[in-house]
Amino acid sequence: MSDTPAIELRDVIKRFGETPAVDRVSLQIGDGEFFSLLGPSGCGKTTTLRMIAGFEYPSSGEMLIHGRSMATIPPHRRPVNTVFQSYALFPHMSVEQNVAFGLQMQRLPKQEIAPRVSEALELVRLGHLAQRRPNQLSGGQQQRVALARALVNQPEVLLLDEPLGALDQKLRKEMQLELKSLQHRVGITFIFVTHDQEEALTMSDRIAVMNQGKVLQVGSPTEIYERPTCRFVADFIGETNFIDGEVVESDGGYSSIVTPDGLRLRGLAPRTLPAGSAATLSIRPEKLRLTTLEQAGPEQVAALPVSVELVSYIGSDTRITVRLNEQRTLDVWEQNRRSTLDRNAYWQPGEQALLFCPPDNALVLAE
Amino acid sequence: MSQTANRVTTPAIERGRLTWSGVSLSLHAVLIYLFLYLPILVLIIFSFTRDAFGVRWTGFTLDWYVRLFNDERLMGASVNTLLVASVSTLVSTILGTLMAMAMERYQFRGREGVEALIYLPVVVPEIVMAVALLAFSALVFDLINALTGQVLRRNLTTVTIAHIAFNMSFVVVVVRTSLRHFDRRLEEAAADLGADSWQTFWRVTFPLILPGIIGGALMAFTLSLDDFVISLFLSGPGTSLLPVEVYSRVRRAITPEINAISTLMLLLSITLVLLSQLLQRRR
Ligand SMILES: Nc1ncnc2c1ncn2[C@@H]1O[C@H](COP(=O)(O)OP(=O)(O)OP(=O)(O)O)[C@@H](O)[C@H]1O
Ligand SMILES: [Mg+2]
Repeated sequence: MSDTPAIELRDVIKRFGETPAVDRVSLQIGDGEFFSLLGPSGCGKTTTLRMIAGFEYPSSGEMLIHGRSMATIPPHRRPVNTVFQSYALFPHMSVEQNVAFGLQMQRLPKQEIAPRVSEALELVRLGHLAQRRPNQLSGGQQQRVALARALVNQPEVLLLDEPLGALDQKLRKEMQLELKSLQHRVGITFIFVTHDQEEALTMSDRIAVMNQGKVLQVGSPTEIYERPTCRFVADFIGETNFIDGEVVESDGGYSSIVTPDGLRLRGLAPRTLPAGSAATLSIRPEKLRLTTLEQAGPEQVAALPVSVELVSYIGSDTRITVRLNEQRTLDVWEQNRRSTLDRNAYWQPGEQALLFCPPDNALVLAE
Repeated sequence: MSQTANRVTTPAIERGRLTWSGVSLSLHAVLIYLFLYLPILVLIIFSFTRDAFGVRWTGFTLDWYVRLFNDERLMGASVNTLLVASVSTLVSTILGTLMAMAMERYQFRGREGVEALIYLPVVVPEIVMAVALLAFSALVFDLINALTGQVLRRNLTTVTIAHIAFNMSFVVVVVRTSLRHFDRRLEEAAADLGADSWQTFWRVTFPLILPGIIGGALMAFTLSLDDFVISLFLSGPGTSLLPVEVYSRVRRAITPEINAISTLMLLLSITLVLLSQLLQRRR
């Protein structure tokens, strides 16, 4: 059982009318994995999840749960449970009755249902609210009821559709930690839909980044952030500087590009790019280095003379916009590692400086 | 002391300022309520008068109520009416709810036509409905006669069927409204938790649209109770319903007995309305 994936999608396409909402998606999600689907609004995350839950059927392609094809299995006979974005708690039932619903549908004896319900409510720390109606609960509490209602059935896979979307920032952070530790304890596969990249990065074992129905990249949070394989992923996850140009040289996993304004920059190339092809160099603002004219830069990295244009102090970081020439500016973030009130310790607008773009921190991506 | 005086005078001044619009508004409301309820009040009062014509107050008595309960024709008509109303309400509520579900949930060919047709009985003049139903029943009876040789006559069953026919439209209208407010994601949640469509309906959908169904049933029952035209046309000889019976007596003379039976019907309607409101508030 452990080597068959918990969920497998093979070339799944879902069309509503003409354009596909999900376009040739293939995924393998392992047992006990915390897997996130991340992408902008309308990219097909919910549709993918609904196909796994059984509310939609693929227009073509295959969907398997633990190796079993789901082509003819209706939602109520699938070994998955969903935490809906809207929670979808039954308003005419108490918290306890909501949580008991799934077990009653399995026709378990009453003596078995009661302890499992209270156990599930303890798990989400809502034991004291068992008799309340959903409309007497706060958003966070409702969310936890939805979670308990799904978990109590001990599904093989738990599907979560932006379950934290309706919560305020603070509660959201709390629930993220809670969900993550809960997943560790119960050891169930979680498929978590979100359009919040930070949430996906902090919680997931692996992330699938989607756009326009396609899965663009699947990888660990570090891989997704540090080694995006295309421009969209680099842009969607975190902040980055893009520098468009033409490949002039490729060797040993690196490529060099030259821009129309005459810059020559080197970076890691995930794929070998032929000389003459169009490419984009992507470098994250925290990976650029800025020094004063007197200071030395990293060895063997060409220094680019720049002038500091904008400086914003945001506490942990200072965010600086530097100008290379008439047409081009880049963003540089520096951590404020030293505590000081001395204004001269920070960059000043108008100051001349040297910028270094280390090739190991930059990526050259095909257009 | 002076402070207290101030506190008292302020609202008094305000009240004074509001005089014109305030008074005319209240007057308006009072007049409307008088217009609506005075006749009913008079009816109730005159069901207790000693006066044999029931139009003057000559002292209190419960005689008319006693006489009412001994009046076999009137009692028979009441029982008939309650029977027809109950059966037609039950059947039209079930059929109407199913109809509303189908129209709300399924895409089928000719759906718009069906929708328009189901609402027609709500707007068609009742007399037209009655004539149509009468002609139709005659046709069906002739057909049955030709096929089986049996001679059928209009009776309580025909009225009941006719009542079902017009009640159903009202039930559909009311139940559809509550279905439209129903969050279908709850049904998906139920399916997700392992409920098949039968369990989903009885455990989730039905309890949540029940207030709407009760509302529809109540409307059907009330409409059936006081229906006159269709009841007159479709009940056969010897099976009179209360509104028809009341009418035929009023043509001769208004008696306090009629006032008494009307008061009782009013009481029943009010009780039903209060009951349904109570039921709906509980959710
Ligand atoms: N039932 C439907 N009928 C027609 N089009 C649909 C339906 N459901 C989804 N779509 C379309 O499919 C695309 C993907 O929708 P989906 O709900 O999966 O997006 P999403 O990634 O979940 O977005 P969000 O972050 O906004 O929830 C959208 O363009 C949407 O308009
Ligand atoms: Mg969605």
